[in-house]
Amino acid sequence: MSDRRQFITGAGLAAFTGLGALGVLYGAKRTWDMLPSVKAAGFTTIDVSAAQENVLVTEMWRGKPIFILKLAKDAKPASAPNGNDANAYDDKRLLEIDGSKYLVVIGLCTHLGCIPAYYGDENKFKCACHGGEFSASGEVLKSPPPSPLVIPPFKIDGTKLVLGEQGPEYKKLVADGIVA
Amino acid sequence: MAHFDKAMPFSNKWMDQRLAVNTLQRVLSTEYWIPKNINFLWAMGMILAATFGILVVSGIFLLMYYVPDASNAAAFDSVNYTIMSEVGYGWFWRHIHGVGASLVFLIIYIHMFTGIYYGSYKRGRELIWLSGMGLFIVFSAEAFSGYMLPWGQMSYWAGMVITNLFEGATPDVLGGALNFPHFVEWLRGDYVPGQAFLGRFFMLHVLLMPLVIMGLIVLHFGTLRIPHVNNQDGEEIDFEESAALWKAGRKKEAKVIPFKPVFLSKDVFVMGVYFILFFYLVFYHFEFAMDPVNFDPADPLKTPTHIYPEWYFLWSYEILRPFSKNVGLIWFAFAQGILMALPFLDRSPNVAPANRRGLFGIWFWLLLIDMITLTIMGKLPPTDPTFAMIGKVAAITFISLWVVLPFITMIEKPVGGKK
Repeated sequence: MSDRRQFITGAGLAAFTGLGALGVLYGAKRTWDMLPSVKAAGFTTIDVSAAQENVLVTEMWRGKPIFILKLAKDAKPASAPNGNDANAYDDKRLLEIDGSKYLVVIGLCTHLGCIPAYYGDENKFKCACHGGEFSASGEVLKSPPPSPLVIPPFKIDGTKLVLGEQGPEYKKLVADGIVA
Repeated sequence: MAHFDKAMPFSNKWMDQRLAVNTLQRVLSTEYWIPKNINFLWAMGMILAATFGILVVSGIFLLMYYVPDASNAAAFDSVNYTIMSEVGYGWFWRHIHGVGASLVFLIIYIHMFTGIYYGSYKRGRELIWLSGMGLFIVFSAEAFSGYMLPWGQMSYWAGMVITNLFEGATPDVLGGALNFPHFVEWLRGDYVPGQAFLGRFFMLHVLLMPLVIMGLIVLHFGTLRIPHVNNQDGEEIDFEESAALWKAGRKKEAKVIPFKPVFLSKDVFVMGVYFILFFYLVFYHFEFAMDPVNFDPADPLKTPTHIYPEWYFLWSYEILRPFSKNVGLIWFAFAQGILMALPFLDRSPNVAPANRRGLFGIWFWLLLIDMITLTIMGKLPPTDPTFAMIGKVAAITFISLWVVLPFITMIEKPVGGKK
């Protein structure tokens, strides 16, 4: 076989097998993709009208705990080791639903993902794992957590909250740089 | 067609004509030469092969009743109820599998440190080291994926934390170019570890990883063939000359012994001692390989107060933990990769035991002590400042040791007494 023929045969074979390999790789990648049913289950609607002031409600969204807290007018933390002792009620991170202010966050510490507990008398969250603390608006009061509790994408619909959808209020928080 | 002489079916001659069994036997065992100048540490390879075999067999029995179903604690119950209390001798396979997984790492570490101590990773033996490190990595993946299967609290949260590592750096670095939250979700097939996650880790554990391990074991043996195993003095042996002496009956003068039956008889003795320990643990102290926290079913709404990996991952966990997220990730990746580079970081041509190599001897013992320190500190909760500090110092020591290695080996004097 001439060099030229050998080259053309080799290149043709390589091109076709390469094409096949790419196809298989794509198929393998798609097999590992999130199933449509899992994605469809990624939306949770929560009615917040029954919430009581300063009592933490824990819901679940996408397998993660969601903290919902109706704030009292005075939600100043009892102490703030890092000096951030502002009244949590005035925080821009809160959502206004039906005239009341709510904290809606993913209930996982931003340090290593433990679930903090809420202490109503002190107006703060404390994490048992590594001692991190957050205010009632989710701001860090004591490290190691590097950032505030995360606000999930949401849409406000009357007294209902749809988690997983991005409503105008959520987009505004993003535009204001409060949500990354 | 080849010519076949008449022979009794299945007799040695008949088999040899069809399958070259005598040649195979000769090449693979009776004329595969091992130096005489070795000690019990040279038996670790066969101990590992045997332990892997036991893990495969016990795994086959566990596989018959295990259910990879993340809903309603079905996977958890299939292990902790069905296998442990319903299946006859189910407890036996599970304890063998758990103890074996732990001991296999103990032996891997002994095997690795033996190689480092005697310099068995250079002058022709680089590929032995590299394929061995490949085995270490795949065994780690195998151990981690297996740890997910009982779907207890430690399985779930270890799965959460370890897959979170693939998120990369925090979003504020390079405008988020090194932050991959969607990659983590893709890896899990869900927002959190769930059914898709359990299913794919089940597949990895029972099929893909074992296949890769078997392939790598063959490669590891293959890389050993031409350079042969090292010996206690790092002596360069003329294997052909020595083998000829042995075959001529001058066994005393030969520096080598055949793998079968001579070396194997030593191996089997060491294995016997090892399996006494192995089954003592299986029957009387299996609990060391069974974390009590993992006897609670996975609960996405409740984190265990203190999350830690199995003992064999603690040293690398402790290199991740004392630092901030981004720095910790860099050093963690460094620690995983740097051992691979050992044959190229050791700049000295000496193949000799560490204690005859001056500074390298000190380096070796420091590395061993440091990794044991990291292991102990990794198990302790990070809340105690003294232990956290010791852990941090040990992590920095580990990194520094690898940085200085090329320099101390470059100035190393040639070891005398090379025969």
